[in-house]
Amino acid sequence: MICMMQSQRMFAALSVAGLVMFAAAPLLIAQAPYESTMGLIQKIFYFHVPGWIVMFLAVFIAGIASAIHLFRNRPAADRLALAAAELAVVFGLIGLVTGPLWAIKAWGVWWQWEPRLTMSLILELTMCAYLLLRRYGGPGSDKLAAGVAIFAMANVPFVYLSVNIWRTIHPATSVVPQLAGSAPGMFGPFVWCAVAFLVLFTAMMAARTRLEAQRAHVERLHLALEER
Amino acid sequence: MPNFFRVAWLVMRKDLTIEARSWEMVSTTLFFAVSCVLVFSFAFVRAGQPVEGAAAGILWIAVAFSGTLALGPTFDRERHHDALRGLLLAPVERSAIFFGKFLGVVLLMTAVEVVVAVLVALLFQAPLAAHAWWVAALLMLGNVGFAAVGTLFAAMLVRTRSRSVLLPILLYPITLPALIAGVMGTSALLQAEPNLDLARLWAAMLLCFDAVFTTLALWTFEPVMTE
Repeated sequence: MICMMQSQRMFAALSVAGLVMFAAAPLLIAQAPYESTMGLIQKIFYFHVPGWIVMFLAVFIAGIASAIHLFRNRPAADRLALAAAELAVVFGLIGLVTGPLWAIKAWGVWWQWEPRLTMSLILELTMCAYLLLRRYGGPGSDKLAAGVAIFAMANVPFVYLSVNIWRTIHPATSVVPQLAGSAPGMFGPFVWCAVAFLVLFTAMMAARTRLEAQRAHVERLHLALEER
Repeated sequence: MPNFFRVAWLVMRKDLTIEARSWEMVSTTLFFAVSCVLVFSFAFVRAGQPVEGAAAGILWIAVAFSGTLALGPTFDRERHHDALRGLLLAPVERSAIFFGKFLGVVLLMTAVEVVVAVLVALLFQAPLAAHAWWVAALLMLGNVGFAAVGTLFAAMLVRTRSRSVLLPILLYPITLPALIAGVMGTSALLQAEPNLDLARLWAAMLLCFDAVFTTLALWTFEPVMTE
């Protein structure tokens, strides 16, 4: 019960923090300097990149939690994996929607079949496959889905490295680490947005895992009642 | 370790014996692969000439589709008379059972690919024979990655209701990186001026995929198959 109270309080605190951060984000993004060649459209990066960062984080959490569930048989880890997988799909969608919005202005097309985009789409599809398996796999699908999540996690390094291995038109992964030196005016708002996304992600994770935990609790009570 | 390979060998031999007696999977898979190539010939032939660069894609899509068809029965036939339970209860390493099944799938896919590759070379005027060893190496590397993931997923899904639908849904997103590498590597060889360096790079990429996927599949088979 205490644990539940704590998680409720944590969720409230994180929600308030996230709300404040997202309310302030447009002001910070608006006062950040314009990028010389792309102009206004570049500002979509403040949401696009954090979206993908959180998505990748969620895929890793889902993969590691799934490995723990698969090899140690911990239902709590499975609940964490499910929550992370659902959020990976949500944040991946943010990236997949904001990306083409930028691309139509910068590249002149909505979509380019270059490796980085393709692999991101593959990752998004993999996480959707995970959710489909959980939904339609029937009893025991949690273990099977855990196997899929581990495979999805193994895919992530290939996604991240692909832009460096192949020469592509996607802005390279070195842009963000160099931002502090090359454009200090952009770095502050970018970090602010990235932290805002992380806070939002943590709040949603807390809410979603709590829902799953309570669902499992209700199921236990239901079974106990039937046995009487 | 010798026991591991002996068990794998026995499982593979059992599967191949069933196959040699029934020809069920080879005939159906091969027929499906040939039908695939025929369907593509309508889409990718303009004014009697095949569209440039289509051959590599056709070859690999035919391989992927027919491979999926071959994966289903691999574990499905173990459902009869509860043979799967007997197999899993055997006092041997589970990963050895997986490895035997995996080898069976690789051999089956190789047999189908020999025919499909010849067919694509003839029907689409693709110079596959010019770099036959490189094409064979790419196909084998692709086979291993595809079969490792596919055998694991087919095993996982054997007890679920909608397995025939779920197998391609799970299999394609995960194996797509390997298929991309296969298609790109093969088309590098089929260009007017073959680019061997590029083919080598994609082969190396495939090798990385294979190493990661096969290790993961061997590692996850045991806990996934625990009831």
